Amino acid sequence: MSADGEKLNTDTPLLEVENLHVEFDTYGGTVEAVRGVDFTVDQGQTLAIVGESGCGKSVTVQSIMGLIPMPPGRITAGSARLRGHEVLGRNRIDGKEIRGREIGMIFQDPMTSLNPTMSIGAQIAEPLQVHRGYSATDAFAEAVHLLEMSKIPEAAKRARQYPFEFSGGMLQRAMIAMAISCKPSILIADEPTTALDVTIQAQILDLMQDLQKETGMAIILITHDLGVVARMADEVAVMYAGRVVEHGSADDVFYRSAHPYTVGLKEAMPTNDPALQHELKPIEGSPPDLFAPPRGCGYCARCPHAMQVCDEQPPTGHFLHDHHFSRCWLHHEQAPIKPETIYFKDAKA
Amino acid sequence: MSTLVEAKELTRFFDMGRDQRVHAVEKVSLKIGEKEIVGLVGESGSGKSTFGKTLLGLHDKTSGDVVYRGEVLPSKYSPADFQRHAAKMQMIFQDPYSSLNPRMTVGEIIGEGLRLHSAASIDSVKEQVAEWLRKVGLQPDHMSRYPHEFSGGQRQRIGIARALILEPEFVVCDEPISALDVSVQAQVINLLGDLKERMGLTLLFIAHDLSMVRYVSDRMAVMYLGSLVELGKADEVYFDPKHPYTEILVGSNPEPDPNLERSRPSTAIQGEIPSPVNVPAGCRFANRCPKAMDVCRNTTPELIALKDADRLVACHLYS
Repeated sequence: MSADGEKLNTDTPLLEVENLHVEFDTYGGTVEAVRGVDFTVDQGQTLAIVGESGCGKSVTVQSIMGLIPMPPGRITAGSARLRGHEVLGRNRIDGKEIRGREIGMIFQDPMTSLNPTMSIGAQIAEPLQVHRGYSATDAFAEAVHLLEMSKIPEAAKRARQYPFEFSGGMLQRAMIAMAISCKPSILIADEPTTALDVTIQAQILDLMQDLQKETGMAIILITHDLGVVARMADEVAVMYAGRVVEHGSADDVFYRSAHPYTVGLKEAMPTNDPALQHELKPIEGSPPDLFAPPRGCGYCARCPHAMQVCDEQPPTGHFLHDHHFSRCWLHHEQAPIKPETIYFKDAKA
Repeated sequence: MSTLVEAKELTRFFDMGRDQRVHAVEKVSLKIGEKEIVGLVGESGSGKSTFGKTLLGLHDKTSGDVVYRGEVLPSKYSPADFQRHAAKMQMIFQDPYSSLNPRMTVGEIIGEGLRLHSAASIDSVKEQVAEWLRKVGLQPDHMSRYPHEFSGGQRQRIGIARALILEPEFVVCDEPISALDVSVQAQVINLLGDLKERMGLTLLFIAHDLSMVRYVSDRMAVMYLGSLVELGKADEVYFDPKHPYTEILVGSNPEPDPNLERSRPSTAIQGEIPSPVNVPAGCRFANRCPKAMDVCRNTTPELIALKDADRLVACHLYS
C-alpha cells in the first residue's frame, strides 16, 4: 500500500533536508529561528525531533510543508528534497500537491486545528475531494472508512458530529484520519500527544505505529518528551537553538549520547530504574536569544564542558560512526577531555 | 509523623441544573502528615484539582470535612476564614499564564500576601519580595516588571514565590511543572525540594507525569473519576501497582529508555474517562477495567488496607 513505493530508489532517502535556514522579521529585529538543519528520513521509519520550546523544531517542519507565512518568514538557504525533488518554495512535485497529498500533518491542539462549523466527516472528506477528485458521497464514505481505521467507534454516526462533540483523544484520531486520507508518504506529527493524558497518549501512539505498519509511511515526530521518543523513534535528531546538535539511531542517542545537551536533557529527568537513582540536574540558564545568536556554539553558555573555542567558533559536525552525528568541539582531536568521559553511562547499554 | 491536614469523606459536586450534578470529588479521605509530600495522579477529569482547591477552601465543600491541625475547617469560607487560613495554606496554580494578574507588577503580585497578612512596612515587604525573587532564581529588579515580560518557566517561579512568601505550612501544587520544558522542570523541582528542606513544607503535589511524581513524593495517591482508588508509598505504588487503573496508568507512562519501551507490551486501555455527570453504579472503573467482574458493576468497592495500613486499594480483587 505504500504510496509510490516501487518508484523509490533505495539509495536516496525519502526526505533529505540540507542546511535549512529560516528567518522571521519582527518588530524587534530578525529572528534566526532555524540556522542550518540537516536530516534525512527513510521510508517506513520514524524520525523524532527533540528539543525545548523555541529551538526551531516546528519551524523546520512547517517550512517543509510550506506553512511558513512569507513575509514575515524567509527561507534564506537550504533545500529539502522529497524523493530527489526539491519541495521548498513549491506547492507540487510530480504533478501532486505536497501539502496534504505527499505530506500529511497533525498538530498539537486538535481543538483549535479543526473547523468548528464543519462536521468531522466533511472535514476529512475535503482533502479527498480536493486532492483526489472524489465525489462528495464517495469522499464521505471514505471518511467513515478512515475514521474506522483510526479506531473511532460508531464511525458512521461520529462522522456526522461536530468537533465540540468529540473528546481530545477522539479529535486527535480524527486529525490522523484526515492526515492519512490521501495516503501521504510522510506524516508529520507536531507534538501530537502533548495535550493528552498518558492513557490516551498510549492509544494515539499505538494507532500511529499501526498505521505506519499498514501504509509504510514515514513519520516525523516532534516532541519534547524523551519517553515518547524512546517508544516511537528509529532515528532521533536533537535540536538546540536552531541547529541539530545530535542525530543518530535511538540507541545511539539514548545509550551513547555524544552531545552535552543530550546528556543534560537526560540528567534533568527522573529515571524509574531504582539502581540508577540520581539527583535531577537541571540545565542552568536559558536558551540563547535568537535575535542575536551567539557566534560560537549555541549551547556554550549552559554547557558544563565549554571551552574557549566554543564561544568563538560554531562547532563542526563530527560523525562518531556512520549514522551517529554530533555537533560539538569535544569531538575534535585537540579537545582536552574525551567525549567518552561525558557519555551518560547507562547500565543497560 | 503527626497528621497536618486530613480530608474526611470530602465531597464536592457541581450543580448543572436540571437535576444534573458533576460528581467531581466524592468521599475522598486522605491524611497528609507533617513535612510529607503526597503526589496525586490521575487522568484529566478525575477531580485532582477540585480536590486540591476544596482542601484549601477555594471551593465550598458539598459534604465531608477538612481537619487542619485538629481543627475542623468551615465548609464555606467567609472572607475572615480566608484571612485566617491563607497565611498557613497556599496554592501554586497550574497555568502560569492565567493565574497572574496582568495589570499588577511582579512586586505587587508577590508582595500582596505579605501586605494583607502581616504588619510589615512597605520597605520590608519590598526587601522580602527581592529576597524571594532571588530564592526562586529571578532578579530583584524584576519586581517592577509585568507578567507578560516573562517566559512560562519564570512565571511559574513567580507563582511559587507568591505562594511561599508567607511561609505557609501546607502548599497545594497543581501541576506546577507541566507547562515547562524538561530542563526547567528540574530547576523548579529542585527549588521545591530545597524549600521543603529549609522551611519544612508539607506538599500536595498534583501532576500527571508519573515519573516525576514518583521522584518527588513520599506517598502517591491515585484518583479516578472523583474517588481515590489507590494510596501508598510512592515507589511501591509505582513499581508494584495493585489497582488495575494504577497498573494501566504506570504502563502507559513512556520511559526514556528505548530497549525497555521495545520490550514492553502495549498496555493501551480502551475507551476514555466517562463523564462525571452520570457516574456508573458500582466501581467507577468497571467499564474500562480489563479485570472487571460482575460484582464490580453493582457494588462500589471501599478503600481497604493491604498487608499493612500504608497501602490502600479500592478494588474488589482484593476484598
